[in-house]
Order: sequence, then C-alpha cells, then structure tokens
Amino acid sequence: MIESLTFLLLAQLAGEVIVRALGLPVPGPVIGLILMALFMAWRGIPPALHETALGLLRNLSLLFVPAGVGVIRQAEVLAENWLALALALVVSTVSTLAVTALAFRWAQKRFGDPEGEASE
Amino acid sequence: MNPAIDLWVYLSTSPLAWLALTLAAYVVADRIARRLNRHPLANPVVIAVVLVIIALQVSETPFETYFEGAQFVHFLLGPATVALAIPLVENWRRVKRSALPILIALVAGSVTAVGSAVGIGALLGASPPILASLAGKSVTTPIAMGIAEQLGGIPTLTAVLVIFTGVLGAVMVTPVMNVLRIRDYAARGFAAGVAAHGIGTARAFQVNELAGTFAGLAMGLNGILTALLVPILAHFLAG
Repeated sequence: MIESLTFLLLAQLAGEVIVRALGLPVPGPVIGLILMALFMAWRGIPPALHETALGLLRNLSLLFVPAGVGVIRQAEVLAENWLALALALVVSTVSTLAVTALAFRWAQKRFGDPEGEASE
Repeated sequence: MNPAIDLWVYLSTSPLAWLALTLAAYVVADRIARRLNRHPLANPVVIAVVLVIIALQVSETPFETYFEGAQFVHFLLGPATVALAIPLVENWRRVKRSALPILIALVAGSVTAVGSAVGIGALLGASPPILASLAGKSVTTPIAMGIAEQLGGIPTLTAVLVIFTGVLGAVMVTPVMNVLRIRDYAARGFAAGVAAHGIGTARAFQVNELAGTFAGLAMGLNGILTALLVPILAHFLAG
C-alpha cells in the first residue's frame, strides 16, 4: 500500500512541477493522471496499485466531505442569490447530463461502435 | 480546572477529533446509503456533510478549526485524481473504441454546462461576478476557482457551487438516464463526469466500474476543455 501511495504521490508531484514550470491552466493532479497513464501503458499496472487505486476511488465520496462542509462559510451570498443560483444549477445540470449522454449515444450509432451497442 | 473542560480544550484544538469526526460521519453516511440500496437521493456526501455541520454547530466550532483536521482527507483528492489513471488504462481498449463519441459528447456537454448556467443566471438577473462564479461549476474545484478568479468572480462562492453541482449531478444522473433509456454504462458514466466532476465520478464508481472509468475520463477532459473554452467565450461576449 505504501508503495502504491508513493507512486501516486510522485505522479502528482511531477504533475505539479510541470504545471508550475509551464504555467498551465490545469491542476497538477490532472497532469499527474496523464503521466501515470502513460507510465502504465509503457510498463504495465503493478497489481498492488490496482488494489490501492480502486480502494481510493470506491470511497471518493469521503474526500469531498471537508470541502462540502465549507458551504457554511458562504451562507450569506447563497441566501441573497438563492433563486437564480438554484435554477441555474438544477436546469444546467439536468441539461448537461441529458445532452452529454444523448450526444454520446448518437455518435456511437452514427459512427458505429459495436461494443457500445452490445453493452446496452 | 475541570478535567472535562481540559480534555475538550485539548481535543477540540487537535486535528485528531475533526479527522475522526469526518471519517465517522462518512462511515455512517455510507451505511445509510447502502441500507437504502444506493438510492440516488441518499447521497453519502450530503449525509456526511450534514452530520459534520450539525456537530460543528452544536460544539460551536469554526470551520477553520475543523479544517485543520479534515485537511488530511481533503489532501487525498490529489492522489485519488491520479489514481483515475488505473481504471483508465485497464479499460483503454473500450475507451479507444469510443474515441469519437467521447469527443463529440465532451464538446456538446461542456458547452451546455457553461452556456446554460450562465444564460439562466443572466436571465434571472444575477450580477456579473456571480455569473463568473457560475461559469466553471461543472468542473473540478481548482479549475473552476481559477476560471472564476480570471473572470472577476468570487472563487470561494465557486467552490460551493461546484459542490452543489456535483451533488445535484450525482443525485440526478440515474433518474435522467432512466428517463432517456440510456443503459450503456460508458454513456451514463461519461455524462456524470462531464456534468458533475468528482462527485458524479464517485457516484459512478459506486454503481459500476466501467461507468466510473468513463466518468473519471470525462471529468479530466471537461476540466481541460472548460479551462480553455470559458476565457475565449468570455472574451467574445465582452467584446
């Protein structure tokens, strides 16, 4: 587990260094993700890493709890603009979900993806 | 001095108690969600956040004190993002075969997310800083906050809007997909990741690993695209 965590942290660290060195508008962990994927495409996935990564991802919800609690600090701005914000978030989220999934399915049918059809 | 008060002063100022509270709230929330068969409305993030907020209100603890302990959990968001590479590589053949649907759905979803949020906000009379704070609400927090800052928004408000969007997406993805009769887990997961970043991805992983893989991929791609797209759109709208 420690070995896997070291792998993940080193990839994140490399990502942060690249982002800062090149002034990219993307967070370090996203570049770390790309580096990690490239590394594993080259050298394969260590079995221990598979366990650690999926364990972390299955409990991804936990990691959003501290940021979620931060909602209490914005109570005033939220109260002042609640209607506009609530409608914008709800309508935008539903339409984004629908448009993305429909576009995905349309493209799959239009450009032929037998695997996608089969898994439906 | 009263030993009970001494003990409370020690505990309430050390990170241990708040770290333990965060984990305990999550364990309880996850049990409730599982007991309810992962019903979309029983979102573990929401339940855990509500439990923690109640505990902080009752103990009159400021957020900053709480975060001293909770930051260790918060920190793991970075390694967890990197960890998304593992299911991505494992499912690479499936991802590669869907390259075109991925690109088309990404652009359509990304433009819809930004355009509809800013459009509806503007129609309802939200001020320009509020609109700038809304623009990146579907992408992961650091990118969304960066966009808000660049456009003259309020980054801390954006952080909250990002969380709300994530929860809304995680709650609504299953019913919306069922209404549209989309059963392919790749398409379902991809939509969750574009609309609702990491919280949507967390939901997707709880339902199905392939859905989680596509959600994680969508989250990363939409973060990059939105970071590039929004400043360009803002430039044209302003000019």
